[in-house]
Amino acid sequence: MTAPKLRFATVWLAGCSGCHMSFLDLDEWLFELAKHVDIVFSPVASDIKTYPEQVDVCLVEGAVANADNLDLALQLRQRTRLVISFGDCAVTGNVPALRNLWAEVDGGSRQSVLDRGYLELADRGAQHPHAPGIVPELLERVLPLHEVIPVDLFLPGCPPSAERIRACLEPLLRGERPELTGPDLLRFG
Amino acid sequence: MQLRCCGASGCRSAGAEALRTALLSARDQLGGAAEAVSIKSVGCLRLCGRGPLVALDRPEPSGAEPACRTELYAELRPEQAADLLARATGRGDALAAQRLDSDHPFFALQKSVVLEGCGVVDPESIDDALSHGTYAQLRRVLLDVSPEQVREQVKRSGLRGRGGAGYPTGLKWDTVALQPPGPRYVVCNADEGDPGAFMDRSVLESDPHRLIEGLAIAAYAVGADQGFVYVRAEYPLAVERLRLALRQARSKGLLGAGIAGSGFHLRLEVRVGAGAYVCGEETALLASIQGQRGTPRPRPPFPAQAGLWGAPTLINNVETLASIPVILRQGGDWYAAIGTEGSKGTKVFALSGAVQRTGLVEVPMGTTLRTVVQTIGGGVPGGEGPDGGVKAVQTGGPSGGCIPAHLLDTPVDYESLRALGSMMGSGGLVVMGDSTSMPEVARHFMRFSVNESCGKCVPCRAGTVQLAQMLDRFVERRASLVDLERLEELCRMVGATSLCGLGQAAPNPVLSTLRYFRQEYQAACRDPVQCEPLDACLLKEGTR
Amino acid sequence: MSVHTLTVDGEEVAVPAGATLLDAVRAAGAELPTLCHLDGLTPVGACRLCLVELEGSGKLQPACATAAGEGMAVLTQTPQLQAYRRMAVELFFAEGTHVCAFCVANGNCELQDVAVAVGMDHSRFPYQYPQRRVDASHPHFAIDHHRCILCTRCVRVCDEIEGAHVWDVANRGRECTIITGLDEPWGEVQACTSCGKCVDACPTGAIFRKDDTTAEKQTHRERPQLLRDAREKHQWQNQ
Repeated sequence: MTAPKLRFATVWLAGCSGCHMSFLDLDEWLFELAKHVDIVFSPVASDIKTYPEQVDVCLVEGAVANADNLDLALQLRQRTRLVISFGDCAVTGNVPALRNLWAEVDGGSRQSVLDRGYLELADRGAQHPHAPGIVPELLERVLPLHEVIPVDLFLPGCPPSAERIRACLEPLLRGERPELTGPDLLRFG
Repeated sequence: MQLRCCGASGCRSAGAEALRTALLSARDQLGGAAEAVSIKSVGCLRLCGRGPLVALDRPEPSGAEPACRTELYAELRPEQAADLLARATGRGDALAAQRLDSDHPFFALQKSVVLEGCGVVDPESIDDALSHGTYAQLRRVLLDVSPEQVREQVKRSGLRGRGGAGYPTGLKWDTVALQPPGPRYVVCNADEGDPGAFMDRSVLESDPHRLIEGLAIAAYAVGADQGFVYVRAEYPLAVERLRLALRQARSKGLLGAGIAGSGFHLRLEVRVGAGAYVCGEETALLASIQGQRGTPRPRPPFPAQAGLWGAPTLINNVETLASIPVILRQGGDWYAAIGTEGSKGTKVFALSGAVQRTGLVEVPMGTTLRTVVQTIGGGVPGGEGPDGGVKAVQTGGPSGGCIPAHLLDTPVDYESLRALGSMMGSGGLVVMGDSTSMPEVARHFMRFSVNESCGKCVPCRAGTVQLAQMLDRFVERRASLVDLERLEELCRMVGATSLCGLGQAAPNPVLSTLRYFRQEYQAACRDPVQCEPLDACLLKEGTR
Repeated sequence: MSVHTLTVDGEEVAVPAGATLLDAVRAAGAELPTLCHLDGLTPVGACRLCLVELEGSGKLQPACATAAGEGMAVLTQTPQLQAYRRMAVELFFAEGTHVCAFCVANGNCELQDVAVAVGMDHSRFPYQYPQRRVDASHPHFAIDHHRCILCTRCVRVCDEIEGAHVWDVANRGRECTIITGLDEPWGEVQACTSCGKCVDACPTGAIFRKDDTTAEKQTHRERPQLLRDAREKHQWQNQ
């Protein structure tokens, strides 16, 4: 008897996509994975633009940094049974959240980072990007995923190695909760 | 005839200095009978909330009992000086409206032991102190009583440390005295820092010689020849009067070499704190006296074994030491007859907050909170109902807890308060009325702990910050039930793992308000998060 | 030499008088995370990771700063201790700004290691992102205060082993900061001998050599003990 396939998604929020590259490093095991799951949403393995309903497992890369990230995070939580914070940005905020260091200074972190990026460092034509509905608004603070929605599992690493991703997914495919312990499976960075 | 003008901080802030100046010049102007009125500056007359206070001692017509009647006047203004002098000389009674009822429970239910000289003696005059019997016990024990016998009396008295923890004083003295031979130190902890506490300040400002006597007796009892009084810098008047008292005592041969003709030497110095609450913690205090950063260290070793410069050191609080001369005068058994089985003697409380009568209250241990707060304090101004509008009483400052009104019949003693999740603390009692928000109270104290954490250990340094932020969520009514769980979890962790008493007790205001006012925290939670986390096992076959 | 016998998680172990509970735990082969402790330096009991429970009393004591006593029964891994330890590590991560990904000490960091040891896969406490300083005024070394966990190992190694007392702690509570000299730029502190002991003592990437970049920090955390043994017991390395 073959078990019904899990509906599997990966999401890319505010991160460098390194975690997804690491996911692709699973190489031939991806074929094994494909036997057990249907990839229903993913920036690297699907062309669907809208997060679907009734997803079983979702790997979420990246911190929550802008309005789009926030909307997608809330949406995927409602439509997903098991949400996994995938990599250090989702787990801790990591590099994207460094702008929070300016949260308490004049203008706040959003303005400080935009001014720095688009005005102070511009070679020419310095101006803030402004395209309502196209360029999403930055949140004042960049948050790890679990401060926005409940998260079921944490898979730290920058990026988590392919072995670590596999160690997390394999038990899930068997319907078991993975135990990520020890430096090979748990270490930040 | 005598006018005793309160010159302690409370009345000073209400204009006691101007009043006393006005009285002196009015006496000069009036002349005649008024010249016979002595005007004396004394310490705290208890009802601090209605200062400036003046006590008038009027002799009764010959043969009457008692020979002298005392009247107490409140909220006096300098322009009323002449009226007061007129009353003193038996001409007129213009200030009847400001005369306080001396039989009122606020005064009648008090029992002055520690405060017996408070409001009676002139704190700036050693001659006045001597005429009231101060230093008599020091002289007596130095000449006639062995250190062992002194410690025996203290043990018999059942006196326990008044700084908050309630460790048996006699036992502590024995521990220091019985250490191997070598130098020893005595230290008086006068770093009273709990918000709402002003017992020790009042003793220092009102009767400093009594403290010096108690400290000197303690030094003799444990074999120390050097001691320190560690006072916080925020008590300038107390520091000034203590320094003056030490100079006076030295000049009378009551400190220094060969005290009172005995072979006992004692050098006492004042050390002024620099504004860190944590320096009230004994190991931090010792570090501060040694000139180091005022941070606590793990115990054991306890200061009684290894304190100042590694030597056995006795540390007692002001009120504890100020009890000693009376205990030796009246005997340990006399003292032990006051109070309850486990908590002997009297306790001084600083009553403040939403209460009609604010001030200094000394009552026997075991007096109920209701007596102190409602009978003595008069409850909340305008308060109604059986509990007089009292919602809770906060004891023990940032280390203590809030005791709800329905437990007001609890006797005040170490064990009872601890059983309620609060603590005796040094003696601050802050009354809270019905409109008080308990998460806000908890946040107030947590912010205090955030600001006063020394930063040495992580549970206190970082844990209090997180607790204060979680409490923000409750105060701003944006918390979730997950927050409530996490709040309790972190409270337990900070309490169990912090290095010193400050951190260990920092969660108490939260835990005690959670215990008695949990519904206020629950009401501050918005809807539970839309999606509860699901467990991975749900993915097992068949459950899909 | 007198010996104390005690049990660690039920295992009997004998240690010389004067040994700490941490010595006893190690002698028993048990593992206990530490951060502020460094062999050779005076213990301060500040990080609270090595707290153990004394059976019977239920009291928690820092193993590094508590003398081992005859007949003690030490528990190192109760569920409660494990929960407290994990929270302590979360508090450390949340109060500073620790980004392992590009840290000079990535892969050689005691904070990173204790997170693994206590099974901390995320911090339940929000990160604080305090604005702290970076002092790169010293010719060879630098300090990034964002990575400092206030263990004071640099303070102690400089004071107790090097004898220079360049480092100290200023302010209190969350404002606490490690300072050089009288809160001067490190490079201007004449007392500094540039010996680098603070770099070796630092458990994280807070104090580092300027030559080192991401994940390149190498440390010799055994050196304070070696130096102390050399001085006090005349145990030299080349003999």
